Amino acid sequence: MNDHNHILHNIDHDGIDRRGFLKCMAWAGTGVLWTVSGGVLISKTLAQIAKAGPVLLATDLSFLQISDSHIGFSKEANKDVTETFKIALDRINAMPAPPSFLIHTGDITQLSKPEEFDTFDQLLKSCRTKDVFFVPGEHDVLNDGGKLYRDRYLKSVDAKGAGWYSFNKNGVHFIGLVNVLELQAGGLGQLGEEQLEWLEADLKGLGADTPIVVFAHIPLWAVYPQWGWGTSDSERALSFLKRFASVTVLNGHIHQVLQKVEGNITFHTAMSTAFPQPAPGTAPSPGPMKVPAEKLRSMLGLTSVHYKQGNSALAVVDSNLS
Amino acid sequence: MKHMIAFVRQNKKAVLLAILIVLNFCLAARGDEAASIAVGGDKRNTIEIRDFMFNPPTLTVKAGDKITWINRDDEPHTVVSVGKKFQKSSALDTDQEFTITAGPAGTYEYFCSVHPKMTGTIVVEK
Repeated sequence: MNDHNHILHNIDHDGIDRRGFLKCMAWAGTGVLWTVSGGVLISKTLAQIAKAGPVLLATDLSFLQISDSHIGFSKEANKDVTETFKIALDRINAMPAPPSFLIHTGDITQLSKPEEFDTFDQLLKSCRTKDVFFVPGEHDVLNDGGKLYRDRYLKSVDAKGAGWYSFNKNGVHFIGLVNVLELQAGGLGQLGEEQLEWLEADLKGLGADTPIVVFAHIPLWAVYPQWGWGTSDSERALSFLKRFASVTVLNGHIHQVLQKVEGNITFHTAMSTAFPQPAPGTAPSPGPMKVPAEKLRSMLGLTSVHYKQGNSALAVVDSNLS
Repeated sequence: MKHMIAFVRQNKKAVLLAILIVLNFCLAARGDEAASIAVGGDKRNTIEIRDFMFNPPTLTVKAGDKITWINRDDEPHTVVSVGKKFQKSSALDTDQEFTITAGPAGTYEYFCSVHPKMTGTIVVEK
C-alpha cells in the first residue's frame, strides 16, 4: 500500500483512541473492500488489494460492498451495465483472499422487472464469494412494494417487517435497513416507526464496544436533501447508535463516494457499478450522468471525498482503475 | 369514453372512485404525437417530467379533460395521488406516458413515489 493513497484520520480525542486510528482509504472503481480489524474499518480499492496482496490476519474479517448495479438500464450514461457489473465481479474474483461475503446496497435493477433480477442472479453466479446480503433500492420495489425483491434476496436472513434484519460476523453486528418504501410526498428516504422500534430493540443487548455496521440504500445522513439524498427519520436511528464506540454506515444511491465522520459514526457512500451521478447541486437534477464512453470507468473511479471530524482533517487521494 | 389515438401499447383500466366519475388510465410507450392530439374534443393537457420536476408544477383543467404525464428523464418516475384520490401510474420509463381523465372539481396533489421530492398539483374546475 502506498502511503499517499491513504486517508489517515486521527480520532484520539473522542474516546476511542485505544483502537489506534481509523484509516480509511479513498478508492476507485467498482467495489470496496472493508476490513474489520480491532473494531475499526479500513477500506481499500480492489485494484490495490490485487496489487498488494492480502494483509489480513487470520482473525480479521473482510467483506465487500457493491451497489447500484441497475441491471436493465441501457441509456446514454452506460449502455452496457451488465458488462460493468461483470467487471466488478471479475475484480472480486481476482482478489488473492476472497471476501467473506458481499453486501449489495440496493438498486439491483433499473425497473424491478423479473427478467432484470434474473440477469443479475445469473451474473452473480460467476462470483466466487457466495454469501451476499442485500438491502433494496427504490428501483427494486417500483411496482409491488418490494415483494419480488423480498422473495428472492432475503432467504438467508431472518428478515422482519419490510425486509430489515441483523446478523453477527466475527464479533461485528451488521444491520440491514430498508428506507425506500412508503415514501411520503415531499419527503426523503424513510425508515418508519416499526423499523425504528425494531432497531432500538435489536441494539439493546449489545455492549458498547461491539462494532456496528449499518447498511441501507439511501444515505442515513443529509447528503443533499434537495435531491432527496437523505432519510427523514435517520436521526432517531442514529440516536440508538451513539453509545457504540465504532459505528460504520454504508449507503449507495448517490453513485459516488462521500464520507463523513460524526462522533463515533462514520458514514460512507459507495459508487455504482452502472453509471455516475452528478455531485450534489452541480446539475439541474440527480440521475444518470453521461460522460464520454472512454472515460466512463475512470469517471466511476474518480473519487472525491471531503470530510472531517472535529479538528482532525482528513486527506483524500483519488485513484482510479484505468 | 372515446379513444381515437392509436397507441403502440395501451392499458386501460376503469378506476373505482368513491365518487364515480373519474379516471381513465392509459399507458403509452410512444408519446410525442399522442401527447398533442385532442381526444374526442376534450382538451389534452400534458405535464412533462424532466430533470426530476413536473412541468408545469400546477395545472388547471376542466372536469373531463385528459391529463397526460410524459417522462423525459433517463430515470423512472411515477405519478401518485396524495390521499389516493386517483389511480397511480406504474413506473414510467423514458418517454412513457400516463393519462387520466380529470374527475370532479377540486385540488389534487400528487408526487413521484420513487423521488418524493417531486410534487405537483392538478386543479380541476367545473
